[in-house]
Amino acid sequence: MNSVNTTIASEVSQPDEVAVPVQESKPAETVIEEGKTVGKPFSDDPKFKLRDVDVFYGDTRAIKQISLDIGRNEVIAFIGPSGCGKSTFLRCLNRMNDSIDICRVKGSLHLDDHDIYDPKRDVVELRARVGMVFQKPNPFPKSIYDNVAYGPRIHGLANRKSDLDEIVENSLRKAGLWEEVKDRLDANATGMSGGQQQRLCIARAIAVSPEVVLMDEPCSALDPIATAKVEELIAELSESYTIVIVTHSMQQAARVSHRTAYFHLGHLVEVNETNKVFTSPEHELTESYITGRFG
Amino acid sequence: MTDQRSQAEIVRQSLKRRYRKERRFRAYGVLAIAIALGALLTLFTDIIGKGYTGFMKTTITMDVQLDGEMMYLDDPTDERQIKMADFVEPLIQALIKEIPGATEEQRNQVRELINPYASVALRDALKANPEWLGTTQTMTFLSHTDVDVYVKHAGDAAYSIKLNDQQKAWVDELQERGVIETSFNDVFFSGGDSRDPSKAGILGAIVGSLLTMFVTLILSFPIGVAAAIYLEEFAPQNKFTDFIEVNINNLAAVPSIIFGLLGLAVFINLFGMPRSVPVVGGLVLTLMTLPTIIISSRAAIKSVPPSIREAAEGIGASKMQVVLHHVLPLAMPGMLTGSIIGMAQALGETAPLLLIGMVAFIVDVPDGFFDSATVLPVQVFLWAGSPELAFIERASAAIMVLLTFLISMNALAIWMRKRLERRW
Repeated sequence: MNSVNTTIASEVSQPDEVAVPVQESKPAETVIEEGKTVGKPFSDDPKFKLRDVDVFYGDTRAIKQISLDIGRNEVIAFIGPSGCGKSTFLRCLNRMNDSIDICRVKGSLHLDDHDIYDPKRDVVELRARVGMVFQKPNPFPKSIYDNVAYGPRIHGLANRKSDLDEIVENSLRKAGLWEEVKDRLDANATGMSGGQQQRLCIARAIAVSPEVVLMDEPCSALDPIATAKVEELIAELSESYTIVIVTHSMQQAARVSHRTAYFHLGHLVEVNETNKVFTSPEHELTESYITGRFG
Repeated sequence: MTDQRSQAEIVRQSLKRRYRKERRFRAYGVLAIAIALGALLTLFTDIIGKGYTGFMKTTITMDVQLDGEMMYLDDPTDERQIKMADFVEPLIQALIKEIPGATEEQRNQVRELINPYASVALRDALKANPEWLGTTQTMTFLSHTDVDVYVKHAGDAAYSIKLNDQQKAWVDELQERGVIETSFNDVFFSGGDSRDPSKAGILGAIVGSLLTMFVTLILSFPIGVAAAIYLEEFAPQNKFTDFIEVNINNLAAVPSIIFGLLGLAVFINLFGMPRSVPVVGGLVLTLMTLPTIIISSRAAIKSVPPSIREAAEGIGASKMQVVLHHVLPLAMPGMLTGSIIGMAQALGETAPLLLIGMVAFIVDVPDGFFDSATVLPVQVFLWAGSPELAFIERASAAIMVLLTFLISMNALAIWMRKRLERRW
């Protein structure tokens, strides 16, 4: 590994990075050693095994030498200031970056010992195993039923209408939406409230029984009550799914996750059990971020 | 305190100026719209003023004595006899009887009031009803075009009346007695072109237009949509696709007559397809319409929010499924709107069709895609260029029919956009 020492000062000048307002108490020469992550990045029983991952957007290097394990049935939260690469990294896990022409991913990314970026690997199968929920609720402009049934339909998971009905009901129940919508499954999903839409999107994602659910700031467009419902849901889902959640809310990370990973300018600075990260961060950048000195 | 007041004063003063600017800007807008509406109104008043008489015909109703001796006919079922028989004489005799002062010596002047095709109509009626021979029937015939023009435009200096004073007096009297009447011009909507303005109709042109449009729609919509989907969703972004894109945009701006030349060179001369037929017209108009449809379809595809695409991809839909299940249904209203507008353009197109021979004088209503035909705008072109003034009002009437088609198509496009538009 050719680790190059870079300083924040030099990073800030990069065009695509968000400038970080560095307080005078935090000296600009804080050094992030590339590829070096403090805390506990590795796990004994990893679902995802990610090593030396680099992501480029054209010439810009958005992710720098990240190595991380994501455990089975674990809820891991990615936190960090805007533009630090946490969403980019998340989207590598089910190859959602494929549709961006200029995006290149390097390194080794494995899901259950299968190479995610193997050119022979079918991305459709990968995404059936690794579902995703997006920042903005994005239901299809179809009925509530069709939204949830879409995944099972295209993957051929239900042969009979009754099977499909069951999948839809179970998914909506798991997403805590069944009681609210059971009488209007034929109504258009775009007529629901934002919180309901987001829970519908979660129901849609889990309808294909994925092993992992990726959530990219799932609550950023929701009000506190809807947020609380989604967080409750994440806690319930964590019993049977591996969940990776990107969030801007540190309280949310603290509430829902088992482990927390702190990203900074494309580096993975610190990974540890959530309570450790928030009570006794090892890295000074993590500390300044969670104490609100920047971010 | 004083500082604050003066600041409020400054704001108030600048407000006045701002509002004045705003009012002025609004006035410009209203003026622009008024000019556009004025031009449109002038156009419509002119066309309707000139053309509404085209929707009326002048007829003569009289008791025709179907005397076998006079017509040299004793068996109307015999084709040979029918061919030899005289169907003009009974008409002249009938009309002389209707005009009190008219004598046998003035028969030629009387004859000039009757449409040359009236004898054909009488023959057809007798063929259809052979038992009428030897009886007297009350029948209605088209008047001569000169009578038609006189009845409709007696005081109009723009029209030259070809009747002499004697004939004018007769027509006036016959009109008073209800023998000569004007009524809705069904001939105009039920016949093809004719040398005689009174007999000329636009049905042939309408059918020709419909056949041509059908070919254009069947070809250009699927090809255009498929091209748009490929370019937007599947094609790699490289120099070659850039080149294609630039060329599609260029094609949209190519004068339509060039497409006509292309059609003449390729479809008729190279492939040996027949001239003047709707299929070739449709092919040429397809070439002309394709860029419009491709461009509007691509815009419609682009306007599908990426979040919907991501949602489908995130569940594991393949590229094809994303396109077919999500992008296409959401883009369809835009595609249809663009296509209808493209079709409306094609419907009004004249120049390329002139070059492939659809400007020929065609009397029969076409009955197939390979039958000689003309189209509405070309029919307007033909009539408008005619020296006979009676054709001018037909041209205006045909323009009204064409405009009705165009307005309904555009209204349909707007209605569809409103109706099918989905919100997300």
